[in-house]
Amino acid sequence: MRSARALISALVLAASAATSSPLLAEGDPAQGEALYRPCRACHMLGDGAVHRVGPHLNGIIDRVIGAVPGYDFSDDLANAGAEGRVWDADALDRFLAAPRDYFPRTRMVFRGIRDEQDRLDLIAYMLAEGGRSDSAVMDAANIAIDPEIAAILAIAGDVPYGEYLSSECTACHRDSGGSDIPTIKGLAPSAFIAGMVDYRNGTREHQVMNTVARRLGDEELAALAAYFARTE
Amino acid sequence: MTMNRRAFLGTSAALTAALGTPMIARAQATPRVVVVGGGSGGATAARYIARDSAGAIDVTLIEPQRVYHTCYFGNLYLGGFFDYDDLGHSYDGLAANYGINVVHDWAVGVDRDAKTVSLASGASVPYDRLVLSPGIDFVDGSVQGWSVSAQGRMPHAYKGGTQVELLRAQIAAMPQGGTFAMVAPPNPYRCPPGPYERISMVAHYLRENNPTAKILLVDPKESFSKQGLFEDGWNRHYSGMVTRIGPDMGGNAIEVDPAAMTVTIDGVVEKVDVCNVIPGQRAGQIAFAAGITDGNWAPVSAYDMSSKVDPNITVLGDAAAQGAMPKSGFSANSQAKVAANAIVAALTGSRAFPARYSNTCWSLLDTDDGIKVGATYEASDTGIVSIDSFVSQIGETADVRAATYRESLDWYRAITSDMFV
Ligand SMILES: Cc1cc2nc3c(=O)[nH]c(=O)nc-3n(C[C@H](O)[C@H](O)[C@H](O)COP(=O)(O)OP(=O)(O)OC[C@H]3O[C@@H](n4cnc5c(N)ncnc54)[C@H](O)[C@@H]3O)c2cc1C
Repeated sequence: MRSARALISALVLAASAATSSPLLAEGDPAQGEALYRPCRACHMLGDGAVHRVGPHLNGIIDRVIGAVPGYDFSDDLANAGAEGRVWDADALDRFLAAPRDYFPRTRMVFRGIRDEQDRLDLIAYMLAEGGRSDSAVMDAANIAIDPEIAAILAIAGDVPYGEYLSSECTACHRDSGGSDIPTIKGLAPSAFIAGMVDYRNGTREHQVMNTVARRLGDEELAALAAYFARTE
Repeated sequence: MTMNRRAFLGTSAALTAALGTPMIARAQATPRVVVVGGGSGGATAARYIARDSAGAIDVTLIEPQRVYHTCYFGNLYLGGFFDYDDLGHSYDGLAANYGINVVHDWAVGVDRDAKTVSLASGASVPYDRLVLSPGIDFVDGSVQGWSVSAQGRMPHAYKGGTQVELLRAQIAAMPQGGTFAMVAPPNPYRCPPGPYERISMVAHYLRENNPTAKILLVDPKESFSKQGLFEDGWNRHYSGMVTRIGPDMGGNAIEVDPAAMTVTIDGVVEKVDVCNVIPGQRAGQIAFAAGITDGNWAPVSAYDMSSKVDPNITVLGDAAAQGAMPKSGFSANSQAKVAANAIVAALTGSRAFPARYSNTCWSLLDTDDGIKVGATYEASDTGIVSIDSFVSQIGETADVRAATYRESLDWYRAITSDMFV
């Protein structure tokens, strides 16, 4: 089940991403403490933290997404990790702003935090309490990925082609999302590709999406994923 | 900075220049695209060309109306599911966000040699590329006894705006137990399910407000789009209310009398209270004025929607004879994006990508009972061809039908944003 290429890219990315982000310096952990209170219902943080309803958040900063052992992650998070993505400050910030816009199939039941400063404060608190990940490589070694998805993730997406192809999507998908038709903007590539592969092979059923996906080859999916990941 | 809100240099002065300056003065300047018709095809094309060329192309949009009222969801307005005001969309966003020169006037002629469009006001607008998306006009004499001058008594309500309001007012004024008649159009016409969705929405309105009223559907066609699904819906929701007279019963040999408010079918005179006449259709008049039509429509290349008569003219939407795509707002929007990519590439040297088209048409049968039909398409030497398709099934669960309806609401907001925002 494991693609060597995806795994290697995961390791490389995980290692290189462990640099400090300017976003991390902008938060105030003291303010973040109060903001963390609702998270506590599901996530443990600090000494002795273990998985509960949600995974523990020790070392969340720069941790490979969806890869910490012993927790059953949704496909979206597991795929993101398989692609080598880590919870850097930017990814955390976007996820916390609107979890389901970023990873539509996340099982986290949380609407998101509107205010950017609040998000930065919360991230700063999680860094202060839980530290930074020092085990990215070890985490990545636990990843398995569907070979069909891995093959598409390995393609360098042609962004201008993706932009052209995306005009088929925008007839129905609005930037701000609708009640039934979600936004695709800013979607993590792993989540986008995994979703489209499911539509393409019919595992996920929807007449319009199945028909749209059936004519998208791997190059097209990679191009679209690369384009949507760059939109905000 | 987002990818699809790229910095755009406004060129609001460009129209004044284009109108007022001799052509030579601008001949070497920024290439000019003129779009005639600010509907599903034209508004989309103008927006994408301006957006994707980011100031490298001057885009002028010629459209007489200040507010575009979509035909789509006009039926839902008749049924009481949508507000009239929500059907209207202004052109302010195209001017403000993309620097498009929006000119509220009629195009009355095209000089293909001089490459100019003449306007009703007398002005002449030069172009390097011309896009025509004028929608439909009606075929004279298509329905005996009816002409456009009778549209106040027997509305067609098949262009957006006041005609739809008029039809709604006439339906509301029907006497209890009265008769609503529709004369359905022959193929090909815009929105194949449109007349039948309208029957469903009028039936819904009457069931709520005038339950003993009758609906008479006179149809020259043997069969119609999503027929099984519509008839199943009418039986389930409006049992006994709708009578369809097909060609076997004389539905193709009728005459109307707008003064007397009668429909004569196979020699039998029926007195009706409202008569919605949807005549046979052809490309909007400007396509004929440009001399690019063959029969009722303007033939185009499936690869980029360029006219087969003049490659400097692109024809979009209902007016084009392109092959297998139904004449719909979704189709016109899809074609506009392919054409925009081809035009921007030709004028600026940016990348051109292969044509790919798609369409989905949703229809509402009754509250929370939506259905859809759609397909994907590609270009071929013989025209646009369908490669894959789907349609709702009879017997789907109420949840599926309700989700289909909600999806159509999302689509409406998305496509109108894709045209105007
Ligand atoms: C009742 C009904 C329901 C429908 N429902 C749907 C639906 O659910 N989904 C769907 O996809 N489609 C639907 N349609 C079809 C859809 O409205 C048309 O297919 C679509 O609007 C075609 O786009 P167009 O650009 O060709 O023409 P239009 O959108 O009609 O735009 C043409 C524009 O050109 C302008 N114009 C015309 N002549 C000139 C001129 N000489 N100079 C300047 N401007 C000019 C007009 O004012 C108009 O604004 C429906 C249609 C009807 C009638």
